[in-house]
Amino acid sequence: MARAVNTSRKSLNTAIAATLGLIMFFPVLWILILSFKSEIDAVRSPWQVLTAGWTMESYGAVQERSDYFKHFMNSVTISLGSTFLGLLIAIPAAWAMAFVPAKRTKDVLMWMLSTKMLPPVGVLVPIYLIFRNLGILDTRSGLVIVLMLMNLPIIIWMLYTYFREIPGEILEAARMDGASLREEVLYVLTPMAIPGMASTVLLNIILSWNEAFWTLNLTAAQAAPLTAFIASYSSPEGLFYAKLSAASIMAIAPILIMGWFSQKQLVRGLTFGAVK
Amino acid sequence: MNLKSALCAVSALVSVTATAAMAEELTIATVNNADMIIMQKLSPKWEEATGNTLNWVVLEENVLRQRVTTDIATKGGSFDVITIGAYEAPIWGAQDWLVALDDLGDDYDYEDIFEPVRNGLSANGKLYAVPFYAESSFTFYRTDLFEAAGIEKPTEQITYDQFGEIVAKVHDPDNGIYGTCQRGKAGWGENMAFVGPMVNAFGGRWFDEEWNPTIDSPEWHNAINYYVDLMNNYGPPGASSNGHNENRALFADGKCATWVDATSAAGYIFNPNESTVADKTDFFQAPKQETSNGTGWFWAWALGIPTSSTKVDVAKDFVAWATSKEYIELVGESEGWVAAPPGTRTSTYENEAYLEAAPFAKTVETSILAADPSNPTRDPVPYTGIQFVAIPEFQGIGNYVGQQVSAALAGQQSVDQALANSQQFAVREMTKAGYIK
Repeated sequence: MARAVNTSRKSLNTAIAATLGLIMFFPVLWILILSFKSEIDAVRSPWQVLTAGWTMESYGAVQERSDYFKHFMNSVTISLGSTFLGLLIAIPAAWAMAFVPAKRTKDVLMWMLSTKMLPPVGVLVPIYLIFRNLGILDTRSGLVIVLMLMNLPIIIWMLYTYFREIPGEILEAARMDGASLREEVLYVLTPMAIPGMASTVLLNIILSWNEAFWTLNLTAAQAAPLTAFIASYSSPEGLFYAKLSAASIMAIAPILIMGWFSQKQLVRGLTFGAVK
Repeated sequence: MNLKSALCAVSALVSVTATAAMAEELTIATVNNADMIIMQKLSPKWEEATGNTLNWVVLEENVLRQRVTTDIATKGGSFDVITIGAYEAPIWGAQDWLVALDDLGDDYDYEDIFEPVRNGLSANGKLYAVPFYAESSFTFYRTDLFEAAGIEKPTEQITYDQFGEIVAKVHDPDNGIYGTCQRGKAGWGENMAFVGPMVNAFGGRWFDEEWNPTIDSPEWHNAINYYVDLMNNYGPPGASSNGHNENRALFADGKCATWVDATSAAGYIFNPNESTVADKTDFFQAPKQETSNGTGWFWAWALGIPTSSTKVDVAKDFVAWATSKEYIELVGESEGWVAAPPGTRTSTYENEAYLEAAPFAKTVETSILAADPSNPTRDPVPYTGIQFVAIPEFQGIGNYVGQQVSAALAGQQSVDQALANSQQFAVREMTKAGYIK
């Protein structure tokens, strides 16, 4: 039975949620405001920042100095490429773990997750040397591979969790109807796990888009994505706050817009199976 | 088409093909600052003249340091030209990570480069990086506030005690003016850039002749106690999180009466479009105390070529162009003389147009010439460097000590505790590195 919630309680909850939302969004909002201020105004006190005039000069300066489109395309290629390559490997892996678990499946899952606990800098030099020897330093394909590997444990874990919610009897029925393994995964399992897979894809695109350690360390001029674009405006000596803010907004805007339009799908996927 | 025309056409084609075949693509890794932005803007002139092209990788200073270190140490060969500081140049040069740059041609005029700058970028008698700009530190002060308080501009180097007395007189927090703004944000390149020379002034040093850390010495205690008291009494609120940029903004906004920091900030403070105190700022030398050795820091951003580059000749051509007298003139003529790269060449300081545009020029020259990284302290030391120690281990030690000093400034621990922790850490690191047997 649904619990009755009175209006004042509802208003209070709404106010708390709105406040929390504002606190979480405030840094982005402040960056947005700074991006429309001059450099000298951007470093003044908050009140002076708010009352100072608005200008697009930082966006103009960033456009003039950097090739935004090149960085943007690199980000798109790397994040989509690593996510879909990850899915190709993770779907069969998660299927096997969810529907034909072996004795050590749980251990394997835990081991995979444990690789995420290793600080990336610990393996920087070996990976850098491998990339150098394979000639894939500063290439998009190199980054697709490394980001796929970094996110693979998360993709497998998420898909495993979603697949576990699907009754094995349905797959058995498909098999009894003569479906091959490929048909079972493609035509029975995948459509049923679409919400979960969609949220996995979205989350991994966001993670790859925002990844800054590998994308900064394995790229130079050719494959650098938007994280490198932002980093080029950071400086401990010299005033670049407004330009840094403009570059940040230009870098996060695409993923923010994507997140906004797909939030329903994302939330649905993340809570998939939570309510029976 | 007669034979002559045909030969001409073939010859032109061969020439174009040869030029295209010889044209190289250089990748240059650099930091983000005003001088480098100008270099990036003017570099198409070099590209047009040589037919070569440049790919720019611009990164934040610390990110660049890590990125370039990884590439050079693994001989990745991602970069043909790198921007490095006075800290890395001698260390990397001694490790054969950099190509020696003693042969940039007769026109390059090495003698024109300030001697301390050349020395700071050399190792074992070889120059491993050529300076793009150099800086020391001096004291910025507000002429109007000094005048109102009846204080004359110091004509000789004053002591930190005298500096403290001046600061107390001009401190007026009720009107939003703080006696002094100094770096408090932790980091070997942030608060320790100011604290290091101040410790030198108080007679302290990082290590004795046997490489034993001396951070818990009375000199260090005197210096850090002075610093914490000065900042707590006359500094702006939240000083422990203020770095160069924050103080620069505070000073430019008229909130600070004094500021000891990089001479390279003078161009900004003197620019009326970026500073509200452009017409009421002047300078004097950074204070001394027990000694005047190592009281003004020395830093240079320079261009170097990693030995892993496969395009060394073209890279040399570019670094020679970007650090030449002709380049400085090009900047002066196209961007205004006040924007010319400071602190590197004598000829810049003999140029009337520069001296007229940059009233701070002579003080900067004096400060840079007075900075002697090979004699940075009162007592003898086994290292070079004024605000840093030119050994690879210093980055970690400097950052740790910076955190401890910043925590003491924020009131999170006592100065005694901060220095005890720092000493313990430094001893451990130096023992691990094999300096202490």
